[in-house]
Amino acid sequence: MISRDHILNKVRTALGHAVGRTAAAPPPVRLCVPAWTVEERWQRFASALEKLGGNAVRVSEPAEARRYVAGLTCGRAAVASRSPFLEVCGIHQLAGVRRDFRDPAELRAACAEAEFGITGADYALADTGSLAVFASPEEARLISLLPPVHIALLPISRLLTGLDELLSLVPNPAERSSALILITGPSRTADIEQILVRGVHGPGEIHVIVVDDRERRS
Amino acid sequence: MMTGYPREQIRRTLADPRLQEAIYSATGRLMEHRRQVVAPEVLPDYQELREQARRIKEHTLENLDAYLEQFEAQVRARGGEVIWAKDGPEVADFVLDLARRSNARLLVKSKSMTTEEIGLRERLEAQHFEVVETDLGEYIIQLAQERPYHIVAPALHKTREEVGEIFSQRLGVPRENVPERQTRIARTVLRQKFLTADIGITGANFLVADSGAVVLVENEGNARLTTSAPRIHVAVAGIEKLIPRAQDLAVFLKLLGRSATGQPLTVYTSILSGPRRQGEWDGPEQFYVVLLDGGRSRVLADRDKRQTLYCIRCGACLNHCPVYRRIGGHNYPWIYSGPIGKIASPQFQGLTEDPWLPFASSLCGACAEVCPVKIEIPRLLLELRAEIVKAQAREGQNRWERLGFRLWSWVMTRPRLYEALSLAAGLLAGEGSDQGWLRQLPGLLNAGPLRAWLDYRDLPVPGRSFRALWRQRTARVRE
Repeated sequence: MISRDHILNKVRTALGHAVGRTAAAPPPVRLCVPAWTVEERWQRFASALEKLGGNAVRVSEPAEARRYVAGLTCGRAAVASRSPFLEVCGIHQLAGVRRDFRDPAELRAACAEAEFGITGADYALADTGSLAVFASPEEARLISLLPPVHIALLPISRLLTGLDELLSLVPNPAERSSALILITGPSRTADIEQILVRGVHGPGEIHVIVVDDRERRS
Repeated sequence: MMTGYPREQIRRTLADPRLQEAIYSATGRLMEHRRQVVAPEVLPDYQELREQARRIKEHTLENLDAYLEQFEAQVRARGGEVIWAKDGPEVADFVLDLARRSNARLLVKSKSMTTEEIGLRERLEAQHFEVVETDLGEYIIQLAQERPYHIVAPALHKTREEVGEIFSQRLGVPRENVPERQTRIARTVLRQKFLTADIGITGANFLVADSGAVVLVENEGNARLTTSAPRIHVAVAGIEKLIPRAQDLAVFLKLLGRSATGQPLTVYTSILSGPRRQGEWDGPEQFYVVLLDGGRSRVLADRDKRQTLYCIRCGACLNHCPVYRRIGGHNYPWIYSGPIGKIASPQFQGLTEDPWLPFASSLCGACAEVCPVKIEIPRLLLELRAEIVKAQAREGQNRWERLGFRLWSWVMTRPRLYEALSLAAGLLAGEGSDQGWLRQLPGLLNAGPLRAWLDYRDLPVPGRSFRALWRQRTARVRE
């Protein structure tokens, strides 16, 4: 408390401000949202993610998404989040996929052992090939982090142009969740002789499955 | 002028062809990566983004008191706590107290220049806590017991052979010289640390006032693990890290990744506000943000040089600096190296601490050209040079003053000499005296500092000394 007042006083003295002064108006927010069609967004997303060594897949319906995931996991150990969209795609019925846990410790232990972490994503960003995931009771943070392979599924309607569009839709992420995580490609480092190595602490492999939902929306 | 210049050490760096090659190629690659992603055909509004970033930083610092209070209120509203620290010891005291209160043994850390600046890890280790750096580069540096070589690439100077040596010696693993396998070794060792750590310590790339959020930018996933696995998260950040709104991240995130490593966005960006909420499966149960002053409020007081605090620690100025590219990161006296270090160190640590620093520049201007927040580094270097010369001139004057007082004390301790001199001074000064008061010195003596001194002060004309008066008095008493 002493340091608080001390620091604030020093800052006010440095600026020549009185106590209780309100901030002047900040410069206007600068957000630019391009008008890209769904097809353009998909093209950009896929090429950005692939450039980073990630895999972008587009499927026409949830059942196809399920078949694609089954082809990746082949029944090996996977932890899935409680995302409603995974439910829509029927991911939880796949062999080897675990979704229900008694407590956080059990979830964490399962994530540390699993070969795949399967999550939804609230949005994807076309220009950078990113996923945007809000931590929530449906989306645990460690599922997209501990297993060596991350598989994410989302409907194509959630594919935004980029960060600017995300922040115009969600101006204050803190109001919605304790954590908004942007995931842009597989975990990587270049700390030893600037040589690119994937999968340092997070997943070295990432698959994003974008599901067409145009029929459902019409 | 150039006192403290680490001449020998620099000569050794220049004479080491292996090191020269490592610095030159690493910084060259980072330059090239950046160039590709800020080119006008790729990012046409790059200059507008820089301008906006600078404007926002300028505005935030001009209103820092209000934004600090807003940030604090927002963190509290989401169940977190804000701790204010004047300096490094106060940060360490808080973390130590927290670690003891929560029976913590193991602390994991993600890369943070601010904690390097205050030597936080060393302070905690001195109290027998295990503290593990988890960024691969930082981990190598910790095992090698060195300090970071570069703001974003801490182990830039290490070859794979050296890393193999460090790992085999410090971790007791078989010697391994392939970076992929070395990375796997680090992953395995550090994974266990993450899963058993009690406290995760991070820095912050940005603090968002309207959300009470800590923003972390990284590629490996270690910062995500540090903030997701342990039950307590402590973020340590300088008070200059604030930005007003989450929406401003659209500008800063675009500039930071591009300027640092040539990435449009780094692999992971975490926007964290408060502890885990109702029903969440993971994330910290306790969330603390430590706001560090550490000399920043002093820098803030200088309207012009305040822009030093705009820095977002991208390291682009290091990569583009012809001096850094030759002498590397360890020849700079403080944790911040390169052009930004040259203007930050003298202001944070005092002008005369390493007075040669602002002079070790050709003023080529490359740093200012690539700075994403447009800090006028070369101009500030010139101003600091002027200030240092002035400060040293002041110190030079002090030297004469000290000499004068030494002479004075020598005379004072020799009573007969003193008496003789004061008698002589009395005779000499007598002619210029005004009713027993000396207004100015006579003739040639009335010059320089003596004259300046007497311009504002009068002295009684020196006459008989205390000893002379005492002798007279005791003689009278005896009579």
